[in-house]
Amino acid sequence: MCTVCGCGTASVEGKGHSHSHDHKHDHKHDHAHDHSHDHDCGHDHSHDHDHSHVETDEKGDIHFGKGLGATHVPGLDQKRIVEIEQNILGENDRYAMGNRSYFAERGMFVLNLVSSPGSGKTTLLTRSITDCKERFSMSVIEGDQQTSNDAERIRETGVKATQVNTGKGCHLDAHMVGHALEHLEPEEGSVLFIENVGNLVCPAAFDLGEAHKVAILSVTEGEDKPIKYPDMFHAAEIMILNKTDLLPYLNFDVEKCIDYAKQVNPNIRVMQLSATSGEGLEEWFDWIDQGLKNAQAKKRA
Amino acid sequence: MHELSLCEGIIKVIEEQAAVQKYAKVEKVFLEIGALAGVELDSLRFGFSVVIKGTVAEEAKLEIITLDGTAWCMPCEKTVKVSQRFDACPHCGSHQIQITGGDELRIKELEVSD
Repeated sequence: MCTVCGCGTASVEGKGHSHSHDHKHDHKHDHAHDHSHDHDCGHDHSHDHDHSHVETDEKGDIHFGKGLGATHVPGLDQKRIVEIEQNILGENDRYAMGNRSYFAERGMFVLNLVSSPGSGKTTLLTRSITDCKERFSMSVIEGDQQTSNDAERIRETGVKATQVNTGKGCHLDAHMVGHALEHLEPEEGSVLFIENVGNLVCPAAFDLGEAHKVAILSVTEGEDKPIKYPDMFHAAEIMILNKTDLLPYLNFDVEKCIDYAKQVNPNIRVMQLSATSGEGLEEWFDWIDQGLKNAQAKKRA
Repeated sequence: MHELSLCEGIIKVIEEQAAVQKYAKVEKVFLEIGALAGVELDSLRFGFSVVIKGTVAEEAKLEIITLDGTAWCMPCEKTVKVSQRFDACPHCGSHQIQITGGDELRIKELEVSD
């Protein structure tokens, strides 16, 4: 932004406009392009001549400091260092904090489910919803690049679901989740599942405000995925080994997989289950139940 | 990974700070990126060159300061350097290490002109 007039440097119809900063006494900026656009800096430019950032009022007095910068800046070429010291993900983290307090105020237990595409996230979700409907109230935010197929699968189970399509995006961010919450209006004291975009890389870095990240790995994938995608398994509190009913037909080494996961995250808890056959699901349901009770108790406290 | 989103975040901060710290042009952007931050530096540089178009940082150079991954090794009882989260302690070979640093993703400072 020009600190003298405050006119933005955002490109206008594809053309960035640059000021040539050779400051002669009258502080003239030569704009090279024609001025058929609006500046959003609050002062009108008349556009059939070189416009000057020096404003002249009806009395003919000249004002140098009328722009947003409210100052006239001589010697414009001086370079200086500006300390920023900001986290690049700070913006996302602020939204995530907002979501987290939204969840805390409502006594909600929120899980961010991450995995590769095809690990069985949606099947695990529909099964969990069907089996736990009587135990607690639930809703779902579905993240995919395209289609609302998954949200429709969830809605068929009778719970509320909002689909977020990220378009080209490879992950959900906290801002998208905040928007989805406005549509979803989850119940107080409920469980919210956020099914992230199928991707073991990017969602690791984006806090959505959840209580826990749950990484789902199916035994049809490689057992070394935890060390191939260490950031994700480091960020997750729980690793679910899904599709264990298929183990007899595969060369998947469960112990090795768990060792790898513990290498990147010594505290990770592993649950082995099959959303299709139902084995191991009770541990998962009990864990959710306990998490929800803790969240509700915190709200009452 | 999500380097382009990160670059958009960087530009957002730079543009916001332009009004606060009163600068018109950014000459250099200094970032601190930890070895364990999961960021591919080449993609970051590429993403940066894309998102700066039409901003105060249009002509800015990107300077990346990389920070080592560090961990506390329990058997050795000291801080050791690691390059991956699953690395063993380079001294004793133990995996009983706790990552203590190296996931930084920070905009450190800018060289600007008015």
